[in-house]
Amino acid sequence: MAIATAKNEQVARWEGNIEELRGLVSERAFTGETMLLNMGPHHPSTHGVLRVLLELDGEQIVSCLPDVGYLHTGIEKNMEHKTYEKCVTLTDRMDYLAPMSNNMAFCLAVEKLVDLDVPERAQIIRVIGLELTRINSHLVWLGTHALDLGAMSVFLYCFREREYILEMFEILSGQRMMTSYIRPGGVWRDIPPEFMPKLQQFLEYFPPRIDDYEKLLTNNPLWIDRTQGIGIIEPETALAWGVSGPSLRGSGINWDLRKAMPYSGYEQYDFDVPVGEHGDVYDRFLVRIREMRESVKILRQAAARLPAKGPFRSNNRKFVPPPRSELGQSMEAVIHHFKLWTEGFSAPDQEVFVAIESPRGEVSVYLHGTGGNRPRRVHYKTPSFMHIGALPVMTQGHLIADLVAIIGSIDIVLGDCDR
Amino acid sequence: MGITSKLGNLGIVTTTLEEAVNWGRTGAMWPLLFGLACCAIEMMSTQASHYDMSRFGMELNRASPRQSDLLIVAGRVTRKMAPVIRQLYDQMAAPKWVISMGDCASCSGVYNNYALVQGVDEIIPVDVYVAGCPPRPEQLIHGILTLHEKVRGERIAHWATN
Repeated sequence: MAIATAKNEQVARWEGNIEELRGLVSERAFTGETMLLNMGPHHPSTHGVLRVLLELDGEQIVSCLPDVGYLHTGIEKNMEHKTYEKCVTLTDRMDYLAPMSNNMAFCLAVEKLVDLDVPERAQIIRVIGLELTRINSHLVWLGTHALDLGAMSVFLYCFREREYILEMFEILSGQRMMTSYIRPGGVWRDIPPEFMPKLQQFLEYFPPRIDDYEKLLTNNPLWIDRTQGIGIIEPETALAWGVSGPSLRGSGINWDLRKAMPYSGYEQYDFDVPVGEHGDVYDRFLVRIREMRESVKILRQAAARLPAKGPFRSNNRKFVPPPRSELGQSMEAVIHHFKLWTEGFSAPDQEVFVAIESPRGEVSVYLHGTGGNRPRRVHYKTPSFMHIGALPVMTQGHLIADLVAIIGSIDIVLGDCDR
Repeated sequence: MGITSKLGNLGIVTTTLEEAVNWGRTGAMWPLLFGLACCAIEMMSTQASHYDMSRFGMELNRASPRQSDLLIVAGRVTRKMAPVIRQLYDQMAAPKWVISMGDCASCSGVYNNYALVQGVDEIIPVDVYVAGCPPRPEQLIHGILTLHEKVRGERIAHWATN
């Protein structure tokens, strides 16, 4: 971190010229009355490579300028050179804490574009994957958020439970993190026989662990001191800044795309949407903790509803490869297999827009086909980017130490933000 | 008196300065608390309860490059981030080592495009490459043990240039 006053040359060297900051920071910074402090991109509490330029009056934040792009990977551009099936692997690597949600958003967009059906059983498998992803992501959030505020042991407990979920992902897809399990038309493969017993074990094992976290934090006076009344964002302001997901619900707005615009059969599940009251760090914490319990509820229902046998992906051979067993017997299956894996399928020259509820908020995909086998444009509208935009509003007048709590509470992933 | 009263009749251990120092260096190699992308999450898993990297003397991740010996480049290195990584590497005190974790850091992985540095070895010297997207914690631990092996083989003549 470079500490300097405005008169100091070090600040003047900050990307060339201090004059560039005119209008972004208050006039007091130019007289040296307030201090400019650079936080990040290498900082243990910015959850990745976020850089924030702070203008400080003593320890109080006068203005806060987030600087993103340190993880800009050009994924959207890369997708324009890949077939739709191959794009799925890239979506994992955007929001790396919720890979399945990103797969899902993209696959829904492709399915909408080419009008592809998804069998009922595949939809239930997808819901299982999505809700496990939600718990997985919330566990990393809780662990790192608590670690930032000085509660080391929560981190260790959360990662213990997370390993359990990653093992399940590995059984399901062969990979711990970058699953690419959800594909256009269904899922990659059927649920292996050892998965369901493991899921049942997890559903028994996990709820008492949430109680443990709550015992450690919810009524802990230190935790309450650090989080209550910090980073308040009013409901109207939150909406205006495009805040979504648990961060929006923490402000008291009951908006969850799983309820408001159900996809993948979410309307058939019975679950509540936890909502906060004050819109501070503490309420966002409570909302996410309760969301984990709701996810367990959904997982239980999904496990009960899942038929033992049935198709796990669409039978439309123009878009979905035939099963291996057919390749030895059917010439048509061989042709379909060859065509799909060499040039992929074509999608019409139309645009679609699909939004789903990821653990962080609303992930939306804009997809424009070309009539050929590659997209013309893919755009992800991601919650982390919106939340970082709202960061200056939330941090106004708080202390630097609170900034760490606020960044943790909006649950940003820089891969999701910068792509 | 002294050491004999504590150790009893254990005899004498002889070693070379080289071996003693190298052994010490592998015993407490503190990594820099520095993550870039997906691989950083697997690095956190490696440090957390299940895999427990402190078994290899790495329980302490320092947030300051001045206090760390090992830079684990975990994730994709963008052009915007490259000067920062170089600066962090320069700020580390010798002896220092670098592990390039994952395909993106090693060769930019699936992204051959305008935004990424095509391998972190274009800007800093790398000791061990760990393959995978992202590598499993076991793979990272294997990379660390490989680095330990490398450090144990270092000669006095190389210390100064490290």
